[in-house]
Amino acid sequence: MSSILVIEQILNGLQFGVMLFLMAAGLTLIFGVMGLINLAHGSLYMIGAFAAAAVAGATGSFFLALVAALVAAAVAGAIVEMVVIRRLYNAAHLDQVLATFALILIFSEGTRWVFGSFPLFLDIPNALSGPVTLPGGIQYPLYRLTLIAIGLAVALGLWLLIERTRIGIQIRAGENDREMIGALGVDISKLYTLVFALGAALAGLAGALVGAIQSVQVGMGEPVLILAFVVIVIGGIGSIRGAFIGALLVGLTDTLGGVFLPEIFKLFMDSGAAQKSGSALASMSIYLLMGMVLIWRPTGLFGARA
Amino acid sequence: MSDPILATRNLKKSFGALIATDDVSIDLKAGEIHAIIGPNGAGKSTLINQICGGLRPDSGSVALLGCDISDYSTGARARAGLGRTFQISELAMEDSVLENAVLGAIGAGAGPWKFWKSALKTQGLTDRAEAALARVGLSDQRDMKVANLSHGQRRQLEVAVSLTLSPKAFIMDEPMAGLGAEGSKTMTGFLDGLRSEAPILLVEHDMDAVFALADRISVLVYGKIIATGRADEIRASKVVREAYLGDAA
Amino acid sequence: MRVKEKHVNALVIIGLIALPLFALISDEPFTITLATRAVILALAAVGLNIILGMGGLVSFGHALFFGIGGYTMGILAYHAQTYTTLDLGLFATGGTEFMPVIWVVAMVVSAVLAYLIGLLVLRTSGVYFIMITLAFAQMFYYFAISWAQYGGEDGLSIYVRNDFPGLNTLVPIQFFCICFVILCLVLFLKARLQNSPFGLALNAMRQTATRVETVGLNPMKLKLLAFVISGAITGLAGALFADLNRFVSPTMFSWQLSGELIVLIIIGGVGRLMGPVIGACIFVALEHFLSGLTEFWHIYLGLILLGIVLFARGGVIGLLTGKEGAHV
Ligand SMILES: Nc1ncnc2c1ncn2[C@@H]1O[C@H](COP(=O)(O)OP(=O)(O)OP(=O)(O)O)[C@@H](O)[C@H]1O
Ligand SMILES: [Mg+2]
Repeated sequence: MSSILVIEQILNGLQFGVMLFLMAAGLTLIFGVMGLINLAHGSLYMIGAFAAAAVAGATGSFFLALVAALVAAAVAGAIVEMVVIRRLYNAAHLDQVLATFALILIFSEGTRWVFGSFPLFLDIPNALSGPVTLPGGIQYPLYRLTLIAIGLAVALGLWLLIERTRIGIQIRAGENDREMIGALGVDISKLYTLVFALGAALAGLAGALVGAIQSVQVGMGEPVLILAFVVIVIGGIGSIRGAFIGALLVGLTDTLGGVFLPEIFKLFMDSGAAQKSGSALASMSIYLLMGMVLIWRPTGLFGARA
Repeated sequence: MSDPILATRNLKKSFGALIATDDVSIDLKAGEIHAIIGPNGAGKSTLINQICGGLRPDSGSVALLGCDISDYSTGARARAGLGRTFQISELAMEDSVLENAVLGAIGAGAGPWKFWKSALKTQGLTDRAEAALARVGLSDQRDMKVANLSHGQRRQLEVAVSLTLSPKAFIMDEPMAGLGAEGSKTMTGFLDGLRSEAPILLVEHDMDAVFALADRISVLVYGKIIATGRADEIRASKVVREAYLGDAA
Repeated sequence: MRVKEKHVNALVIIGLIALPLFALISDEPFTITLATRAVILALAAVGLNIILGMGGLVSFGHALFFGIGGYTMGILAYHAQTYTTLDLGLFATGGTEFMPVIWVVAMVVSAVLAYLIGLLVLRTSGVYFIMITLAFAQMFYYFAISWAQYGGEDGLSIYVRNDFPGLNTLVPIQFFCICFVILCLVLFLKARLQNSPFGLALNAMRQTATRVETVGLNPMKLKLLAFVISGAITGLAGALFADLNRFVSPTMFSWQLSGELIVLIIIGGVGRLMGPVIGACIFVALEHFLSGLTEFWHIYLGLILLGIVLFARGGVIGLLTGKEGAHV
């Protein structure tokens, strides 16, 4: 096993991790500010991917496709917030789970109705295709490197937004004390719509970016959603920093586990069996990681609220 | 002097910079009512929480019948003999009055690992529960939902549930709050008789009740016990007047 | 019109007997299969409702136990049918096609797993609990996919339904009867449980854990036992479900299934004995009729569900009886 392979896999893990972060950031923000558990976040990811695929197909421009993904997901998010989600803020978790579960059904089938059951394809733009050579002679796909850069840039932007802007102050105030921001004269319902749309836009962006390396199809959002849940449970629900660290941990564990666990198992069993049990364990590894974190800290690495 | 039933040693608890209880050592002797008084936010409820296990003290210890219970869970402390009532009612609101009292009887009796016979048709449980309800005067309300009880009735139910436990010591956090003049008088009379069953650590704002009932009074101000003594001693104490009654006057 | 909950319950049971009998007379075996499906899903949801309705803990991963039950049946029957041995380390067995044994094993395996998982997940509450139960089920989903020996992603077919002494289980009405009797038995036990000291304590624990501790009980132990019973019943349902389809696959572990089980309970009404049964009947009926009308019937299911959550909080029994009933 060469060190090149290791570095390559670490980069893959990072890329996966930052994309998970885009999903998890919205989820955790929405929970932190509004106290809402949103299962339909995966649908917004899917909407972003479909919007991007449709626009890229019509115009051929990847940039326009990304813009479309952001706009479509943000608009869908804002509408959903105003029509449904708004009624759920003070509801029991169970009601939130059910209502957003219902939204998944509606979004998934609605998308299937419009676009059909066959996957769409979103091509990597020419300018970003092909490998680049990294220091040390490692060849790595430029597009994936771009994803890492975009993910990190978004994380930084989000951090600046929350730490350095007026809206950020309101969001933080909302996390600590919901009555307080109302008393301060902030229009809460507008703030909530905005936060929800922001979270949705991030999910949509992730959907479009990942859509170019996987296929765009109905149901693509839910596996990512569940991983994003694992991420925010590990990081502590409501914590953006926790989401970032959790996302990288999960991304790396998943990727490295999938590649190296079978290799490790080969050291002490025959190769067929090692491949089998290694990959079985690898698919379970992030959940094991989550379990270990929770034994240690039941509210996650940076979580306060149960 | 006999050994105390309940004793705390140097209980200390802070919330950030705020020291809610500061080196509190009090005891409760057989047959007495020991009242804890002090202004709002003095740390009375925090002290009770540390005694009953809801909060872990930063340092210090709690002993019941000479046995150190500092490491016991809340449930274990209850089983060891602490019967607590809450300042803000902790009752199963959707359940009936009787069901809440039966819950106490389940805790006091054979425990919850019975799966066949209906709890409300198990005589051992209902007898115990109804006896407790009768003692606080809630027999007529036994089938009412707790959510529909008045504030005062909930306080009475809190006391009734603690009665079902037949505890070694009662720890009561403002049992008179919201009872009204008439209710307070009845409750005062009731607690007066109760002390012979088990001593009572009584946190209370109703000064008439405190001075009528307490064998001893401790005054807690800003987390510190500033005086302990008989009612007349506390009334006469200069420190207390300055720190506490002075504020109130 | 307001009706008594008791009457609604009786009506459902009568309906569940009448419909298959009617289908038998008019020779529509598919209707019997649909009714069987409803009965099994109801059983799974009755199990879930112990932790969700009584314990107030929203397990979003109960498909885990459903799948475990299914795979227990699948694996035991597979070895019996292929005459291969199942080596369990401590001992080896040739599997079995005998239903009662399969049920017991399914329940024991589910219960043991629920105990182990419960030790971990019950340390958390609220949203954490929802997400962690979901994640655990997902973990088994992926494990089943990678478990090539038992069909991996494609699942495992059992060509003949398992045996029950004195009955021909392949005759739809006979298999229905087995499932129906089990459901009634479990409902009866659940009714006992609900009113027992354990049920009363669990019910109080949902409302205030502090009170339950203060009378000397241990909320964690109450929750753990509720989770174990809950898992065992859902596991039993999984074994029956697999027998109904003569097929197990990773989708038995899927999060959609976990969600649907919750949906069943909500449609019927949380915290009610018959809630899951009514919910399951309505769900299976909707599934059948809507999917006959349109390929995209999930949209309508979603809209109905939204309507229930936003406007009819007591579920269908609540609408009929005019009472919201216990709510989580
Ligand atoms: N969990 C907590 N976190 C932070 N501060 C707390 C917490 N619980 C209590 N406090 C603070 O500790 C102090 C003591 O509170 P406590 O409830 O013990 O007072 P009290 O004497 O019971 O008052 P009252 O007479 O109003 O019941 C108060 O200033 C309160 O705000
Ligand atoms: Mg207090």
